[in-house]
Amino acid sequence: MGLFDRFQNIQQQFQRLKASGDSPFTVQMQQILSQTEAIIEGRHTILMGTNNYLGLTFDKRCQEASIKAVRESGTGTTGSRIANGSYADHQGLEDDLAKFYDKKHCMVFSTGYQANLGIISTLAGPDDFLLLDADSHASIYDGAKLGSATVIRFRHNDAKDLNRRLLSLQDKPGNKIIVIEGIYSMLGDKAPLADFVAVKKKYANTYIIVDEAHSMGVLGKTGRGLCQEDGVEADIDFVVGTFSKSLGAVGGFCVSDHPQFEYLRLACRPYMFTASLPPATMASVRTALKIVEQEPALRLRLWQNVEFFYHHLQQLGFRLGTTKSPVVPIYMPDPGTGFRFWQTLLHSGVYANMALPPATPMGTALLRFSICSAHQQDQLQKVVEIVKQVADKISYFADKPLARMAVA
Amino acid sequence: MSRPALLIDNILPQIVDILGCYNKSSTTQSITLKTDLSADLNLDSLGVMDLMMDLEEKFDITIPLNLMPEIKTVDDLANIIIKLAAES
Repeated sequence: MGLFDRFQNIQQQFQRLKASGDSPFTVQMQQILSQTEAIIEGRHTILMGTNNYLGLTFDKRCQEASIKAVRESGTGTTGSRIANGSYADHQGLEDDLAKFYDKKHCMVFSTGYQANLGIISTLAGPDDFLLLDADSHASIYDGAKLGSATVIRFRHNDAKDLNRRLLSLQDKPGNKIIVIEGIYSMLGDKAPLADFVAVKKKYANTYIIVDEAHSMGVLGKTGRGLCQEDGVEADIDFVVGTFSKSLGAVGGFCVSDHPQFEYLRLACRPYMFTASLPPATMASVRTALKIVEQEPALRLRLWQNVEFFYHHLQQLGFRLGTTKSPVVPIYMPDPGTGFRFWQTLLHSGVYANMALPPATPMGTALLRFSICSAHQQDQLQKVVEIVKQVADKISYFADKPLARMAVA
Repeated sequence: MSRPALLIDNILPQIVDILGCYNKSSTTQSITLKTDLSADLNLDSLGVMDLMMDLEEKFDITIPLNLMPEIKTVDDLANIIIKLAAES
């Protein structure tokens, strides 16, 4: 068997997509005009497929902080914190995050992916058990794969199924670590945290990690995420998150009150053996964190936009994700229709995300929109009109009656 | 309380029944112990994981993800189910 033979199947699928025009995997933004607009293939395009929930990528204060940091501290750190030393901003950013979450400890990582990879693979040892929600992000699965624990999957958002599995493990020695997400990236649904916490409390040596990647800045009184919104922060052992969504940069973190948390700095390989966050990123993130905390109006605008967009798509009769959140997916009846819809939208000046199996739950194809607090209502209105025109153009409802849901 | 040992002949029809829902291949070839989940049924990695969940419920066992690399054929699957059921 040739070295690359096992990728032939996926390559053929990609070539088929490419042959029919633009591919969702190769879209290039020639020029970014703002948080919500870009030039794609020479066309003025409304961005509905970013994770820029609070629109902070173009916030003047974040931009200026980055520019100042580059001038003062240079473009990169050129090494890892363990081998090449930390900058004052690394510790400063960790202190800011610990304070933001009201936790004792924080570690920052160079990406959100690495935060999950590092925390999950290091916390769970060879005699331990990892219990993952079935719809977990790839970084959670990969963290489990990198580690040495026994990995068990429970049904998505199903506290009863988690309980059944913990019950069967209760006589086995070893720690049990549950991993869940605040908001799931594809369907935009939230974890029933209080139910999971109640199950966790029934068993000894059982811990919960919550990944707030899509919920930080979006949920909770001060933007800490779902744990804050659901009032269960004291019962969550580790919170993981990213800087690449609401905070508009790149990087990841983990916060915890666990007294031995700092041990991880000398054991967590995805933390130890990678170049540390560059000055520009740390400076913009520190500024963005203050904005998230001090400007709840951003969150308010985001949720007004969510209401508006979700309501209008629902009125058109699309089958949407059941939870209102800044991630608004339309269920596509099949990948082919999804791809045609996505492509026609792009040609009409709207960029969304096409999510295909196996990246989607239950083999579904999803046209995924994400909402930004910087979207203006006239932009969203225009997107709704274009979505309707595209549906008509490709005879979406006529061909696929199952695509329509009853409007209550 | 230990439960009675499962036998491959007894559980095969139940496995075939569940596998039928996941079969993505266009061939109508019947499923046997030699059937390869990926090559013959065209199951992708996520399909295999969802299948495992249904089997876990059916046989009241837990199949750790770490065992996935060992499961290529229906025979592998049946043997793992028997082993895990005996241990639980």
